[in-house]
Amino acid sequence: MLAQLGLLMMFQLIGEVVVSSLGIPFPGSLCGMLLLLGYLYLRGGPSEELAGVGSKLVDNLGLLFVPAGTAIVAYGALFATDGPAIFAALVLSTLVAVLIGGAIAAAAKHSGADVP
Amino acid sequence: MIDPGKLSHLQGALVWLPCTIVLYAGSSALHRRLDKAPIANPTLLSIAALVLILAGCGIPYETYFESVAVLHYLLGTAVVALAVPLYRNANRLQGRCISMALALVAGSLASIFVGLVVATLGHASASTVLSIAPKSATAAVSMEISRLIGGTPAVTATLTIMTGIIGAVGGPYVLNALRIHAPEARGFAMGVASHGIATARAFTESEVAGSFAGLGMVLNAIVTALIVPPTVRLLGLA
Repeated sequence: MLAQLGLLMMFQLIGEVVVSSLGIPFPGSLCGMLLLLGYLYLRGGPSEELAGVGSKLVDNLGLLFVPAGTAIVAYGALFATDGPAIFAALVLSTLVAVLIGGAIAAAAKHSGADVP
Repeated sequence: MIDPGKLSHLQGALVWLPCTIVLYAGSSALHRRLDKAPIANPTLLSIAALVLILAGCGIPYETYFESVAVLHYLLGTAVVALAVPLYRNANRLQGRCISMALALVAGSLASIFVGLVVATLGHASASTVLSIAPKSATAAVSMEISRLIGGTPAVTATLTIMTGIIGAVGGPYVLNALRIHAPEARGFAMGVASHGIATARAFTESEVAGSFAGLGMVLNAIVTALIVPPTVRLLGLA
Protein backbone atom coordinates (compact mmCIF):
# COMPACT_ATOMS: atom_id res chain seq x y z
CA MET A 1 0.00 0.00 0.00
CA LEU A 2 2.84 2.38 0.90
CA ALA A 3 4.58 1.71 -2.40
CA GLN A 4 1.40 2.64 -4.28
CA LEU A 5 0.98 5.83 -2.26
CA GLY A 6 4.61 6.63 -3.04
CA LEU A 7 3.97 6.01 -6.72
CA LEU A 8 1.04 8.48 -6.72
CA MET A 9 3.21 11.05 -4.91
CA MET A 10 6.00 10.55 -7.43
CA PHE A 11 3.56 11.29 -10.26
CA GLN A 12 2.42 14.36 -8.31
CA LEU A 13 6.06 15.47 -8.05
CA ILE A 14 6.80 14.78 -11.71
CA GLY A 15 3.68 16.72 -12.68
CA GLU A 16 4.84 19.71 -10.63
CA VAL A 17 8.33 19.52 -12.13
CA VAL A 18 6.97 19.31 -15.68
CA VAL A 19 4.63 22.32 -15.42
CA SER A 20 7.11 24.48 -13.56
CA SER A 21 9.95 23.72 -15.98
CA LEU A 22 7.70 24.36 -18.99
CA GLY A 23 6.37 27.50 -17.33
CA ILE A 24 2.75 26.73 -18.25
CA PRO A 25 -0.09 27.91 -16.00
CA PHE A 26 -1.51 24.45 -15.35
CA PRO A 27 -1.79 22.60 -12.04
CA GLY A 28 1.01 20.11 -11.42
CA SER A 29 -1.44 17.63 -9.92
CA LEU A 30 -3.61 17.59 -13.06
CA CYS A 31 -0.47 17.13 -15.16
CA GLY A 32 0.54 14.25 -12.85
CA MET A 33 -2.91 12.74 -13.33
CA LEU A 34 -2.57 12.85 -17.11
CA LEU A 35 0.90 11.28 -16.84
CA LEU A 36 -0.47 8.52 -14.59
CA LEU A 37 -3.27 7.96 -17.11
CA GLY A 38 -0.61 7.48 -19.82
CA TYR A 39 1.27 5.09 -17.53
CA LEU A 40 -1.92 3.07 -16.94
CA TYR A 41 -2.46 2.74 -20.69
CA LEU A 42 1.15 1.59 -21.18
CA ARG A 43 0.82 -0.87 -18.31
CA GLY A 44 -2.61 -2.12 -19.35
CA GLY A 45 -4.42 -0.93 -16.22
CA PRO A 46 -3.88 -0.26 -12.52
CA SER A 47 -2.80 -2.97 -10.09
CA GLU A 48 -5.37 -3.92 -7.48
CA GLU A 49 -3.31 -2.21 -4.75
CA LEU A 50 -3.01 1.03 -6.73
CA ALA A 51 -6.75 1.04 -7.41
CA GLY A 52 -7.33 0.44 -3.67
CA VAL A 53 -5.12 3.31 -2.49
CA GLY A 54 -6.49 5.56 -5.24
CA SER A 55 -10.10 4.99 -4.26
CA LYS A 56 -9.31 5.58 -0.55
CA LEU A 57 -7.96 9.01 -1.49
CA VAL A 58 -10.71 9.84 -3.99
CA ASP A 59 -13.43 8.75 -1.52
CA ASN A 60 -12.17 11.44 0.85
CA LEU A 61 -11.64 14.16 -1.76
CA GLY A 62 -14.14 16.40 0.04
CA LEU A 63 -12.02 16.41 3.21
CA LEU A 64 -8.94 17.50 1.28
CA PHE A 65 -10.69 20.70 0.12
CA VAL A 66 -11.38 21.84 3.68
CA PRO A 67 -7.98 23.53 4.33
CA ALA A 68 -8.23 25.66 1.17
CA GLY A 69 -11.94 26.35 1.66
CA THR A 70 -11.54 27.63 5.19
CA ALA A 71 -9.58 30.60 3.74
CA ILE A 72 -12.96 32.30 3.37
CA VAL A 73 -12.63 33.24 7.06
CA ALA A 74 -10.04 35.84 6.02
CA TYR A 75 -12.33 37.65 3.52
CA GLY A 76 -14.92 39.29 5.76
CA ALA A 77 -14.13 42.76 4.38
CA LEU A 78 -14.56 41.72 0.74
CA PHE A 79 -17.97 40.20 1.43
CA ALA A 80 -19.04 43.24 3.42
CA THR A 81 -18.73 45.39 0.27
CA ASP A 82 -19.23 43.06 -2.72
CA GLY A 83 -20.99 40.17 -0.97
CA PRO A 84 -24.43 40.26 -2.64
CA ALA A 85 -22.98 40.79 -6.14
CA ILE A 86 -20.45 38.00 -5.64
CA PHE A 87 -23.02 35.60 -4.28
CA ALA A 88 -25.52 36.31 -7.09
CA ALA A 89 -22.80 36.01 -9.75
CA LEU A 90 -21.45 32.72 -8.38
CA VAL A 91 -24.82 31.05 -7.83
CA LEU A 92 -26.35 32.08 -11.18
CA SER A 93 -23.28 31.42 -13.32
CA THR A 94 -22.56 28.05 -11.73
CA LEU A 95 -26.13 26.73 -11.85
CA VAL A 96 -26.65 27.98 -15.43
CA ALA A 97 -23.40 26.24 -16.41
CA VAL A 98 -24.58 22.97 -14.81
CA LEU A 99 -27.97 23.35 -16.52
CA ILE A 100 -26.58 24.00 -20.01
CA GLY A 101 -23.70 21.54 -19.71
CA GLY A 102 -25.97 18.83 -18.30
CA ALA A 103 -28.68 19.33 -20.94
CA ILE A 104 -26.16 19.10 -23.79
CA ALA A 105 -24.19 16.20 -22.30
CA ALA A 106 -27.41 14.26 -21.72
CA ALA A 107 -28.48 14.75 -25.33
CA ALA A 108 -26.04 12.04 -26.42
CA LYS A 109 -28.19 9.47 -24.69
CA HIS A 110 -31.08 10.20 -26.99
CA SER A 111 -29.04 10.57 -30.18
CA GLY A 112 -28.34 6.87 -30.34
CA ALA A 113 -24.79 7.67 -31.35
CA ASP A 114 -23.44 6.18 -28.14
CA VAL A 115 -24.52 2.63 -28.87
CA PRO A 116 -21.26 0.79 -29.36
CA MET B 1 -15.33 24.80 30.05
CA ILE B 2 -12.65 25.66 27.54
CA ASP B 3 -11.39 29.21 27.67
CA PRO B 4 -11.11 30.48 24.07
CA GLY B 5 -8.29 32.76 25.18
CA LYS B 6 -6.23 29.72 26.10
CA LEU B 7 -7.20 27.94 22.88
CA SER B 8 -5.58 30.65 20.81
CA HIS B 9 -2.23 29.71 22.31
CA LEU B 10 -2.64 26.17 21.10
CA GLN B 11 -1.09 25.85 17.70
CA GLY B 12 -0.05 23.23 15.30
CA ALA B 13 -1.23 19.99 13.84
CA LEU B 14 -1.94 18.65 17.31
CA VAL B 15 -5.16 20.66 17.47
CA TRP B 16 -6.38 21.49 13.99
CA LEU B 17 -5.60 18.29 12.13
CA PRO B 18 -7.75 16.08 14.40
CA CYS B 19 -10.39 18.84 14.62
CA THR B 20 -10.67 19.00 10.85
CA ILE B 21 -10.79 15.24 10.39
CA VAL B 22 -13.33 14.69 13.17
CA LEU B 23 -15.54 17.52 11.89
CA TYR B 24 -15.42 16.08 8.40
CA ALA B 25 -16.08 12.53 9.60
CA GLY B 26 -19.09 13.81 11.56
CA SER B 27 -20.37 15.86 8.60
CA SER B 28 -19.89 12.85 6.37
CA ALA B 29 -21.89 10.62 8.72
CA LEU B 30 -24.68 13.21 8.80
CA HIS B 31 -24.58 13.42 5.00
CA ARG B 32 -25.04 9.65 4.75
CA ARG B 33 -27.83 9.67 7.32
CA LEU B 34 -29.65 12.28 5.27
CA ASP B 35 -29.49 10.03 2.20
CA LYS B 36 -26.61 12.02 0.72
CA ALA B 37 -28.76 15.15 0.42
CA PRO B 38 -26.65 17.66 -1.55
CA ILE B 39 -27.43 20.42 0.95
CA ALA B 40 -25.69 18.45 3.72
CA ASN B 41 -22.43 18.59 1.78
CA PRO B 42 -19.70 17.50 4.22
CA THR B 43 -17.10 19.91 2.80
CA LEU B 44 -19.52 22.81 3.26
CA LEU B 45 -20.51 21.76 6.80
CA SER B 46 -16.88 21.30 7.88
CA ILE B 47 -15.78 24.65 6.45
CA ALA B 48 -18.74 26.42 8.09
CA ALA B 49 -17.94 24.88 11.47
CA LEU B 50 -14.22 25.70 11.17
CA VAL B 51 -14.93 29.30 10.13
CA LEU B 52 -17.09 29.73 13.25
CA ILE B 53 -14.46 28.12 15.48
CA LEU B 54 -11.50 30.05 14.04
CA ALA B 55 -13.34 33.38 14.02
CA GLY B 56 -14.73 32.72 17.50
CA CYS B 57 -11.31 31.89 18.94
CA GLY B 58 -9.52 34.62 16.99
CA ILE B 59 -7.17 32.18 15.28
CA PRO B 60 -5.53 33.49 12.11
CA TYR B 61 -6.15 31.42 8.98
CA GLU B 62 -2.39 31.07 8.42
CA THR B 63 -2.01 29.31 11.77
CA TYR B 64 -4.81 26.93 10.88
CA PHE B 65 -3.53 26.26 7.37
CA GLU B 66 -0.01 25.48 8.52
CA SER B 67 -1.30 22.74 10.79
CA VAL B 68 -3.45 21.08 8.13
CA ALA B 69 -1.06 21.63 5.21
CA VAL B 70 -0.61 17.87 4.92
CA LEU B 71 -4.29 17.51 3.90
CA HIS B 72 -3.79 20.20 1.27
CA TYR B 73 -0.76 18.31 -0.02
CA LEU B 74 -2.82 15.10 -0.20
CA LEU B 75 -5.39 16.94 -2.32
CA GLY B 76 -2.76 16.93 -5.08
CA THR B 77 -2.14 13.22 -4.54
CA ALA B 78 -5.88 12.49 -4.72
CA VAL B 79 -6.16 14.47 -7.97
CA VAL B 80 -3.36 12.31 -9.43
CA ALA B 81 -5.28 9.22 -8.26
CA LEU B 82 -8.32 10.33 -10.31
CA ALA B 83 -6.46 8.76 -13.25
CA VAL B 84 -7.55 5.30 -12.03
CA PRO B 85 -11.35 5.79 -12.25
CA LEU B 86 -10.84 7.83 -15.43
CA TYR B 87 -8.95 4.92 -16.98
CA ARG B 88 -11.66 2.47 -15.92
CA ASN B 89 -14.48 4.56 -17.40
CA ALA B 90 -12.78 5.92 -20.51
CA ASN B 91 -14.67 3.44 -22.72
CA ARG B 92 -17.91 5.22 -21.80
CA LEU B 93 -16.71 8.23 -23.78
CA GLN B 94 -17.30 6.25 -26.94
CA GLY B 95 -20.07 7.93 -28.95
CA ARG B 96 -20.29 10.75 -26.43
CA CYS B 97 -17.26 12.77 -27.52
CA ILE B 98 -19.14 15.34 -29.59
CA SER B 99 -21.88 16.02 -27.05
CA MET B 100 -19.31 16.20 -24.25
CA ALA B 101 -17.18 18.64 -26.25
CA LEU B 102 -20.24 20.84 -26.88
CA ALA B 103 -21.29 20.60 -23.22
CA LEU B 104 -17.77 21.59 -22.21
CA VAL B 105 -17.59 24.71 -24.36
CA ALA B 106 -21.20 25.79 -23.65
CA GLY B 107 -20.88 25.17 -19.91
CA SER B 108 -17.58 26.99 -19.73
CA LEU B 109 -18.82 30.01 -21.73
CA ALA B 110 -22.05 30.18 -19.70
CA SER B 111 -20.15 30.19 -16.45
CA ILE B 112 -17.78 32.95 -17.59
CA PHE B 113 -20.37 35.23 -19.21
CA VAL B 114 -23.13 34.92 -16.62
CA GLY B 115 -20.54 35.51 -13.91
CA LEU B 116 -19.18 38.64 -15.60
CA VAL B 117 -22.63 40.05 -16.39
CA VAL B 118 -24.20 39.46 -12.98
CA ALA B 119 -21.16 40.74 -11.08
CA THR B 120 -21.08 43.87 -13.26
CA LEU B 121 -24.83 44.48 -12.88
CA GLY B 122 -24.42 44.01 -9.13
CA HIS B 123 -21.86 46.84 -9.08
CA ALA B 124 -19.01 44.67 -7.85
CA SER B 125 -15.64 46.42 -8.02
CA ALA B 126 -13.63 45.96 -11.24
CA SER B 127 -11.07 43.81 -9.44
CA THR B 128 -13.81 41.57 -8.02
CA VAL B 129 -15.39 41.15 -11.48
CA LEU B 130 -12.03 40.06 -12.90
CA SER B 131 -11.47 37.74 -9.95
CA ILE B 132 -14.83 36.06 -10.63
CA ALA B 133 -14.25 35.37 -14.36
CA PRO B 134 -12.09 32.21 -14.11
CA LYS B 135 -13.73 30.70 -10.98
CA SER B 136 -15.12 27.55 -12.57
CA ALA B 137 -11.62 26.25 -13.33
CA THR B 138 -9.77 24.32 -10.64
CA ALA B 139 -8.00 26.60 -8.13
CA ALA B 140 -4.42 26.50 -9.44
CA VAL B 141 -5.63 27.44 -12.93
CA SER B 142 -8.19 30.04 -11.85
CA MET B 143 -5.61 31.81 -9.67
CA GLU B 144 -3.10 31.98 -12.50
CA ILE B 145 -5.70 33.34 -14.95
CA SER B 146 -6.79 35.88 -12.34
CA ARG B 147 -3.20 37.09 -12.03
CA LEU B 148 -2.85 37.35 -15.82
CA ILE B 149 -5.98 39.49 -16.28
CA GLY B 150 -5.47 41.77 -13.29
CA GLY B 151 -7.73 40.12 -10.73
CA THR B 152 -6.65 39.16 -7.22
CA PRO B 153 -5.47 35.52 -7.14
CA ALA B 154 -6.15 35.03 -3.41
CA VAL B 155 -9.72 36.29 -3.84
CA THR B 156 -10.16 34.06 -6.88
CA ALA B 157 -9.01 31.08 -4.82
CA THR B 158 -11.80 31.66 -2.32
CA LEU B 159 -14.39 32.35 -5.04
CA THR B 160 -13.28 29.14 -6.76
CA ILE B 161 -13.93 27.11 -3.62
CA MET B 162 -17.33 28.81 -3.21
CA THR B 163 -18.12 27.93 -6.82
CA GLY B 164 -17.19 24.33 -6.11
CA ILE B 165 -19.52 24.20 -3.13
CA ILE B 166 -22.38 25.95 -4.95
CA GLY B 167 -22.12 23.43 -7.81
CA ALA B 168 -21.83 20.47 -5.46
CA VAL B 169 -24.85 21.61 -3.42
CA GLY B 170 -27.07 23.18 -6.12
CA GLY B 171 -25.97 21.19 -9.18
CA PRO B 172 -27.70 17.92 -8.25
CA TYR B 173 -31.01 19.76 -7.67
CA VAL B 174 -30.75 21.46 -11.10
CA LEU B 175 -29.97 18.13 -12.77
CA ASN B 176 -32.81 16.39 -10.91
CA ALA B 177 -35.23 19.14 -11.98
CA LEU B 178 -34.16 18.59 -15.60
CA ARG B 179 -34.56 14.81 -15.07
CA ILE B 180 -30.99 14.20 -16.12
CA HIS B 181 -30.13 10.86 -14.58
CA ALA B 182 -27.32 9.59 -16.82
CA PRO B 183 -24.26 9.56 -14.52
CA GLU B 184 -21.98 10.55 -17.40
CA ALA B 185 -23.93 13.77 -18.06
CA ARG B 186 -24.46 14.59 -14.37
CA GLY B 187 -20.80 14.18 -13.51
CA PHE B 188 -19.48 15.97 -16.56
CA ALA B 189 -21.72 19.03 -16.11
CA MET B 190 -20.78 19.33 -12.45
CA GLY B 191 -17.06 18.89 -13.12
CA VAL B 192 -17.09 21.57 -15.84
CA ALA B 193 -19.00 24.09 -13.70
CA SER B 194 -17.53 23.31 -10.30
CA HIS B 195 -14.22 21.42 -10.56
CA GLY B 196 -12.99 19.17 -7.74
CA ILE B 197 -15.56 19.80 -5.01
CA ALA B 198 -18.37 18.84 -7.36
CA THR B 199 -16.21 15.90 -8.45
CA ALA B 200 -16.13 14.77 -4.82
CA ARG B 201 -19.94 15.05 -4.74
CA ALA B 202 -20.24 13.15 -8.04
CA PHE B 203 -18.18 10.29 -6.59
CA THR B 204 -20.74 9.96 -3.79
CA GLU B 205 -23.36 9.41 -6.52
CA SER B 206 -21.33 6.81 -8.45
CA GLU B 207 -17.86 6.07 -9.77
CA VAL B 208 -19.02 6.78 -13.33
CA ALA B 209 -20.37 10.21 -12.35
CA GLY B 210 -17.15 10.95 -10.44
CA SER B 211 -14.94 9.94 -13.36
CA PHE B 212 -16.83 12.14 -15.78
CA ALA B 213 -16.68 15.01 -13.30
CA GLY B 214 -12.90 14.56 -13.11
CA LEU B 215 -12.76 14.65 -16.90
CA GLY B 216 -14.93 17.78 -17.02
CA MET B 217 -12.67 19.43 -14.44
CA VAL B 218 -9.47 18.76 -16.43
CA LEU B 219 -10.96 19.87 -19.73
CA ASN B 220 -12.51 23.02 -18.28
CA ALA B 221 -9.17 23.99 -16.73
CA ILE B 222 -7.79 24.08 -20.27
CA VAL B 223 -10.82 25.75 -21.89
CA THR B 224 -11.08 28.44 -19.20
CA ALA B 225 -7.39 29.29 -19.59
CA LEU B 226 -7.92 29.69 -23.34
CA ILE B 227 -11.20 31.65 -23.19
CA VAL B 228 -11.03 34.03 -20.22
CA PRO B 229 -8.04 36.27 -21.10
CA PRO B 230 -9.21 37.14 -24.66
CA THR B 231 -12.83 37.52 -23.46
CA VAL B 232 -12.08 40.11 -20.78
CA ARG B 233 -9.84 41.98 -23.22
CA LEU B 234 -12.60 41.93 -25.85
CA LEU B 235 -15.10 43.29 -23.33
CA GLY B 236 -12.63 45.98 -22.34
CA LEU B 237 -12.50 44.79 -18.74
CA ALA B 238 -8.73 44.26 -18.64
